[in-house]
Amino acid sequence: MSEIKLENICYVYGAGTPYEIHALKDVNMTFENGKITGLIGHTGSGKSTLVELLNGILKPTSGRVLLDGRDIWEEPKKIRDIRFRVGVVMQYPEYQLFEETVRADISFGPKNMGLSSDEIADRVMESAEFVGLDESLLDKSPFELSGGQKRRAAIAGVIAMRPEVLVLDEPAAGLDPLGRESILSKICEYNRRSGVTVIIVSHNMEDMAVFCDKIAVMSNGENVMYGDRDEIFSRRDELLAVDLGVPLITDVAYELSRLGVPVPDNIYTVERAKESILAILDGKDGMAGGGTE
Amino acid sequence: MKDITLGQYFPGDSVIHKLDPRAKLLCVVLYIVMIFVASSVSGVLLALGVTLFLIIISGIPLKIILRGMKPILFIVIFTTLLNLFLTSGETLLLELGFIHIYLEGVCSSVLIVVRIMLLVAGSGLFMTYTTTPIALSDGLESLLAPLKKIKLPVHEFSMMLTIALRFIPTIMEETEKIMNAQKARGADFSTGSLVSRAKALIPVLIPLFVSAFRRADELAVAMECRCYRGDNGRTRMKVLKYGTSDIIFLIGGVLLVVGMILLNTFLPIYSLR
Amino acid sequence: MSEFIRTENISFAYEDTSGGIHPAIKNVSISIERGSFVAVLGHNGSGKSTLAKLFNMILTPTDGKLYVDGELVSTPEGADDDTIFGVRRKIGMVHQNPDNQIVSSVVEEDVAFGPENLGVEPSEIRARVDDALKTVGMSEYAQHSPSRLSGGQKQRVAIAGIIAMRPDCIIFDESTAMLDPSGRHDVMETVKKLNRESEITIIHITHDMSEAVMADRVIVLNEGEVFLDGTPSEVFSEVELLRSVRLDVPQTTSLLHSLLPYGFTSPAGLFDAESCAGHLANEINRIKGLREGTA
Repeated sequence: MSEIKLENICYVYGAGTPYEIHALKDVNMTFENGKITGLIGHTGSGKSTLVELLNGILKPTSGRVLLDGRDIWEEPKKIRDIRFRVGVVMQYPEYQLFEETVRADISFGPKNMGLSSDEIADRVMESAEFVGLDESLLDKSPFELSGGQKRRAAIAGVIAMRPEVLVLDEPAAGLDPLGRESILSKICEYNRRSGVTVIIVSHNMEDMAVFCDKIAVMSNGENVMYGDRDEIFSRRDELLAVDLGVPLITDVAYELSRLGVPVPDNIYTVERAKESILAILDGKDGMAGGGTE
Repeated sequence: MKDITLGQYFPGDSVIHKLDPRAKLLCVVLYIVMIFVASSVSGVLLALGVTLFLIIISGIPLKIILRGMKPILFIVIFTTLLNLFLTSGETLLLELGFIHIYLEGVCSSVLIVVRIMLLVAGSGLFMTYTTTPIALSDGLESLLAPLKKIKLPVHEFSMMLTIALRFIPTIMEETEKIMNAQKARGADFSTGSLVSRAKALIPVLIPLFVSAFRRADELAVAMECRCYRGDNGRTRMKVLKYGTSDIIFLIGGVLLVVGMILLNTFLPIYSLR
Repeated sequence: MSEFIRTENISFAYEDTSGGIHPAIKNVSISIERGSFVAVLGHNGSGKSTLAKLFNMILTPTDGKLYVDGELVSTPEGADDDTIFGVRRKIGMVHQNPDNQIVSSVVEEDVAFGPENLGVEPSEIRARVDDALKTVGMSEYAQHSPSRLSGGQKQRVAIAGIIAMRPDCIIFDESTAMLDPSGRHDVMETVKKLNRESEITIIHITHDMSEAVMADRVIVLNEGEVFLDGTPSEVFSEVELLRSVRLDVPQTTSLLHSLLPYGFTSPAGLFDAESCAGHLANEINRIKGLREGTA
């Protein structure tokens, strides 16, 4: 639906004090329309600052954030409208639930947009369905839900604003393996159905490998890598150089190729590793296994 | 804002920094008594000298201490005006309509203002600038220990203080996070009437309370896991001990108070009524 | 090795506000060896944290008996304060949220909190605090305020606070769940070191498979019952069973398992990339050789 672009973005905390920190240094990048981009970097790499710049919680020290080509700070008084268009789900969003019922909580964003109550009701139902929250839960207090359900309710609260860009900061943090997989596939499904541009911030490489189309890597306030996930995961050495791991399965592929087994260098899921190995058995060079996803 | 646990603590290793927190608390008491006794020009001059001397040996830049007075600026101006206009006397300096300003008024407002400023500078010097809040809380617990005999929860009070200090930055950070999260959903904290702005805080306050209770709960369990059971059989890593400089400061303080009383009685240059 | 913790048919049920009873632990009988490193796995709500809280008597069992260090310490009738105190000094616990377990605004004062509660001599506390901070690699932060530390660093301070109490056993209740990869790594290294060098019994509660493989024993809980119990090799060879209780296996195990129908063998215990790849390379050659032989 929309493309968001960062142009020469710098952000400095505590400018002019002895504690000055350059959190972002001349960042240029584009989050492509309709794609799921994984934003990866370890703690302190600047990715959280970047998230807060995307919806105007922070204002860049210099540079521009362009939403569909227009600077979001063109009219500073209308920054609230930008926040409806770029929906941000913060880390551990369940801690921001406050209303008496889940329904009322999901309605908070749409209400702030000044929508009619019919419209709000529609959106609540729609977004609850998107995140896989059962209708029977809507009239419960958000504090009665389980951890995973709270997380879904909080995400639904942002989706209900029907943003053009959806940014999620560590949406699966603290959930068990099934919870992770289920919430991420819901987000993925939402992207496929609605065409909304999605940005997922995470440091879990294995999750990113499964769910993202594009990968952007942050390190020390700079955007050091950006590309299709195939390309990014084939650059194992560079990822390790910025203190990020690669999925365990990528390491297996790397070890295999060191042992002379001709596996391709863009293996990041178990499924793909399996296909490549079977292809080698069939006398192909293993490359045939890739690219079937 | 995150540094609030250290308050205005200014790291250093001067004699004053190294004083026992209990000695510092007692010094503050003596200092306050001294300022209250100093009601004449000669007394205030002595107090001013003592304070300047303390500031110099503490190694804290005068600039920082003056900056610390900003919050009391309003009180200072208010008292000055009050004394200036309301004190009547014999020597009329200025008459503007119904406003009469007397020499006595000028003198007393100067004296009072200097005393207020000294009070803030001196107590800040002993407490906030040279002592970490945690040391203060320890000192307070130790000084008030005799009150335990009459069943006052001195230890609990000091523990609460310690925990509050520990969690202020955490809660501040959390407040900011929740505000940002609600802003992301279109909450507006900066425009509208006072009532609507207060209402806008509900989505921040509720999650904040919920989280504070959760934290309190988890912290209580964590403390129990670490065998906390109140003051019962508890020892401390840092045992407070009075040293030579503590004794010198305390004796000096007592002498100053006595000196101040004598000065006011026998050598009052200009005395407040 | 001798037994350190033993439970006999221990059960626990929560009562909700409307009076409903929810069993969280059902008839669990297990024994934990002194000096062992046990990982307890289970999805959210499987009862793993409840079990941990029964071990150090934060919760009292509704049924069954708990033995610690050979002594019967807990029965549904409860226990006296001195017994509870004694158990908690032997079994320390590091919690999930690094922020909510640090008491003081100075790192070293926080580490001193436990030994202070135990009534240890001041000079001894000093020695223990310095020692504990060194063990977790946080000595240079002794005077810092915890609020300025990263999650992993806070968690290591919390660990130091426990080891300064000189416990025989430490329970890590999902202590890595909220950390980033480097924080996780540092904490796990510390955990391994404590187990190896200080011979502290470790009970590590987690849902991270890569951490579970570091243990010498894995207990899988499901719906409040012991579902699987064995070495990591034994437990993770049960790929289907684990998936049936909402758990996963390491990617290496998952790959080897998926190749089983194609004539590959899948020996247990090949968790790291290197040994997995080595095995696969051999298997590829072996199977190719077989195929060429038949062709």
